[in-house]
Amino acid sequence: MGRKEDNIKKAQVLMSQIDLIRNIGIAAHIDHGKTTLSDNLIAGAGMKSEELAGKQLLLDYDEQEQARGITINAANASMVHKYGGKEYLINLIDTPGHVDFGGDVTRAMRAVDGCIVVVCAVEGVMPQTETVVRQSLKEKVKPILFINKVDRLINELKVTPEQMQQRFVKIITEVNNLIKKMVPEEFKDEWIVKVEDGSVAFGSAYYNWAISHPYMQSTEINFNDIYNYCKDKDQKTLAKKVPIHEVLLDMTIRHMPSPIVAQKYRIPHIWHGDGESEIGKAMATCSSKGPVSLMVTKIIMDPHAGEIAVGRLFSGRLERGQELKVVGMPKKNRVQQVAMSVGADRITVDHLDAGNIAAVSGLKDAIAGSTATSDEGMEAFERIVHYSEPVVTVAIEAKHMKDLPKLVEILRTVAKADPSIQVEINQETGEHLLSGMGELHLEITQYRIIHEHGIDIVSSEPIVVYRECIERPGGPFEGKSPNKHNRFYLEAEPLDPEVLKAIQSGEISGAGGKIKDSKALARQLQDMGMSKLESKGVKLIHNTNMFIDVTKGIQYLHETIELCIQAFQEAMDRGPLANEKCMGLKVRLVDAKLHEDSIHRGPAQVIPAVRSAIYGAMCVGERLLLEPKQTVFINAPQDLMGNATREMQQRRAVIEDIKQEEDLAIIVSKAPVAEMFGFASAIRSATAGRALWTTEHAGYEKVPRELQPDVVREIRLRKGLKPEPYDTKYYEA
Amino acid sequence: MGELIFIGLGLYDENDVSLNGLDIAKECDILYTEFYTAKLTGTTLDKIQNLIDKKIKVLSREEMEKGDIIIDAAKQSRVGVLVAGDPMTATTHLSLRLRGKQNGINTRLVHGASIITAAPALAGLHIYKFGRTASLPFPKEKYFPTSPYDMVKKNLENELHTLILLDIDEQAQKFMRANSGLRLLLDMEDERREGVITKDTLVCVLGGVGSKNPVIRADYLNELLEEEFGEGLHCLIIPAKLHFMEAEALFEFAGAPREILDEV
Repeated sequence: MGRKEDNIKKAQVLMSQIDLIRNIGIAAHIDHGKTTLSDNLIAGAGMKSEELAGKQLLLDYDEQEQARGITINAANASMVHKYGGKEYLINLIDTPGHVDFGGDVTRAMRAVDGCIVVVCAVEGVMPQTETVVRQSLKEKVKPILFINKVDRLINELKVTPEQMQQRFVKIITEVNNLIKKMVPEEFKDEWIVKVEDGSVAFGSAYYNWAISHPYMQSTEINFNDIYNYCKDKDQKTLAKKVPIHEVLLDMTIRHMPSPIVAQKYRIPHIWHGDGESEIGKAMATCSSKGPVSLMVTKIIMDPHAGEIAVGRLFSGRLERGQELKVVGMPKKNRVQQVAMSVGADRITVDHLDAGNIAAVSGLKDAIAGSTATSDEGMEAFERIVHYSEPVVTVAIEAKHMKDLPKLVEILRTVAKADPSIQVEINQETGEHLLSGMGELHLEITQYRIIHEHGIDIVSSEPIVVYRECIERPGGPFEGKSPNKHNRFYLEAEPLDPEVLKAIQSGEISGAGGKIKDSKALARQLQDMGMSKLESKGVKLIHNTNMFIDVTKGIQYLHETIELCIQAFQEAMDRGPLANEKCMGLKVRLVDAKLHEDSIHRGPAQVIPAVRSAIYGAMCVGERLLLEPKQTVFINAPQDLMGNATREMQQRRAVIEDIKQEEDLAIIVSKAPVAEMFGFASAIRSATAGRALWTTEHAGYEKVPRELQPDVVREIRLRKGLKPEPYDTKYYEA
Repeated sequence: MGELIFIGLGLYDENDVSLNGLDIAKECDILYTEFYTAKLTGTTLDKIQNLIDKKIKVLSREEMEKGDIIIDAAKQSRVGVLVAGDPMTATTHLSLRLRGKQNGINTRLVHGASIITAAPALAGLHIYKFGRTASLPFPKEKYFPTSPYDMVKKNLENELHTLILLDIDEQAQKFMRANSGLRLLLDMEDERREGVITKDTLVCVLGGVGSKNPVIRADYLNELLEEEFGEGLHCLIIPAKLHFMEAEALFEFAGAPREILDEV
């Protein structure tokens, strides 16, 4: 029996001993070396050949991932490691670093209890380092730190031993500052990373070595030795003396909590059901005897087994043939297969115990973010909030008409597996509109449709997704029903930025659906400074827009308020400027005059009247078009800085900061997504391929005033609308 | 100078228009009509056109509500708008007349018989004792108003009868039947549970009003749920406390149960 098979056997035994399990994630800024690290950990633990580790990325098993050298899926793997005389089972999830796939990271954090934050010694703390630290702390996931690419620091940047140590101190301090900002109160001292207690390690994932304080003591290797080994190009010896998997897996076992420890404090944080209920108790104690509670964090498409739901089993024991209910869905699903993951392999097991990461087939109703349970009355987990509004759209069609039904089916699966993909049907043209987080995100998704699902598609050039808003309060504006016997008076204004932020981050309950507890919502809004009257009148939060009824005692209004709400939704989905979605609007119904008779104030009358009033009020408040922006970070050698900045300036970018480190310039700028298409090849040719760059979403901002009319006209023509938007006169009629 | 004349066509067939109305229609340059507020079920557009000896343009709901076609035409020509029943009973026509006036167009009305008076007359109920008229819309997604229930309730509290008109769906060519109207009232009772309309409430159903053989029925609601009331338009009356003459009329003309005579 090979070592791999042997380990799989061990893993199957260990999975029932909860105190010997660690569920961890690895997260970092893009290119800081997460996947190389994960691969070496898995290889070191005997799950694959040691020779290939670091060179062939095992976890990037998707063809696209290997071709592009980035991780797209949050892949997972289980491994066995011996520490202090005992064998432990470590379930590892590697997460994507590219910002387009941020939703995957957020969901992966739900499944783990600890997270190795990887920071590149050369680049230091980057924007996404902050993001992943925030994401992990938000889920009460404990961070530890690995400073990677130490060899490059020594061999490429040629720092002195002193400078090297200074850099380490700087990175550790910055990471701790991030942690301090967001750490849960009860862990405020415990979760700070320190060299002395071994919660920080240094090394090179590529060359397969790492060092931590405990290892310095046991092996008597110090920073100077490391410096010399690297300088003498003898990292092989280092890899023999301090192999990375030994150091980091020891660190994981020592510093990360077991599920039984972690679930005690994580469950009340991520699940708001009754803690005294059977399932509540089972989860808090990580009991396999209680009801099944599986939080699905990912859907994988398998060519043979179909859709596979991957997630954290918080309580109960999973077995084939079990009937589980996906919360919110009407019928039960039957579990067909239960498996553990080892890299690209899934090992089928008879059962799986609470505390593990499971891969289950048969849960047809599950999407990434679902809760599957054997307790029908179970409350779902706290929604996984990843605030990601798609910024780019492509229109796709089946190349052959006969494939259309199949395409519809595939798109449904795609949206299930990746909630940050939105699929809409253009009613006028019958095309499917696929919206996502960026050019790359859509390219990958289309690649999958073609190659994994085997269907030919034709797609348009990517188009930017715009948003509509207004400059200042407008209204009250009178909207008349077609029969002229009903009048509605509405006001529109930009939503208070603090409230908008709270909606976007998911802090405000009731956003994106029915308002469950209107009193709690009112209290929350009042705390943010909204008036009592307004906060009590909130009827709906649709996307990031709020509809408020501030009228009092208008006869028959209660019968038509649902229609007013529908009109509001329609207006917010198709703004008055260019039929783009509205964002950050507060719409108030201030008065209404209704016809006596119910037939004369039905949907055909009320909906157009309210919509006109909203559009009219927006005209008065001066309509704005918002476009998505990206922060672009470029690392380039000093002599190419001019070329890089010129490239950005041609793209309407604002240069926000230029930092210089040794002979490297870091240019931070903010550019409209609309101008960023084709940037990858442009910057490559401008800098002879010597610039590294990454992007971050920077939210929506106004399109420059002088450009707005042209952009609006272009969108309207593309959508087959008349080129100019309507004015107040039109909405008054 | 143009003119805008609303001509009532009466209740049932082409012969219900008044002689005056017919003459005036013949003198009009352009004639319009619509069939979404009400409909003459005993005739066809062709028959009306033959009688007047003129083409009539049928406008959709949207065209009628927008009204531009009619107002523009009436600026120069004498325009007749043919309306089932008596003009101004449906809402759209008042806004058209107002717009005409605001555009300096002279407007006139030619009256016709209306369900508002015909229904009480047929049933033998006193017109003086009617309260607000209610109407029952076809329930739609997000729209199931229960205000008709309130109107019946308030009318009953004031000892007033309620005339209930039933919806017409122009697009689906559907007229609400009295049976579904009664069931809707029971649904509202289910929702409100104030005991206003029950299976034992005395109700009156009228069908084909204006025709030679109108249907007139009064009974406890339960008894009428499955009954047939003919092809024509239907309407309902929820009678309040009856005057002895009214009770007698419902018994004689509408086949109401004898015991209502003892309750007056």
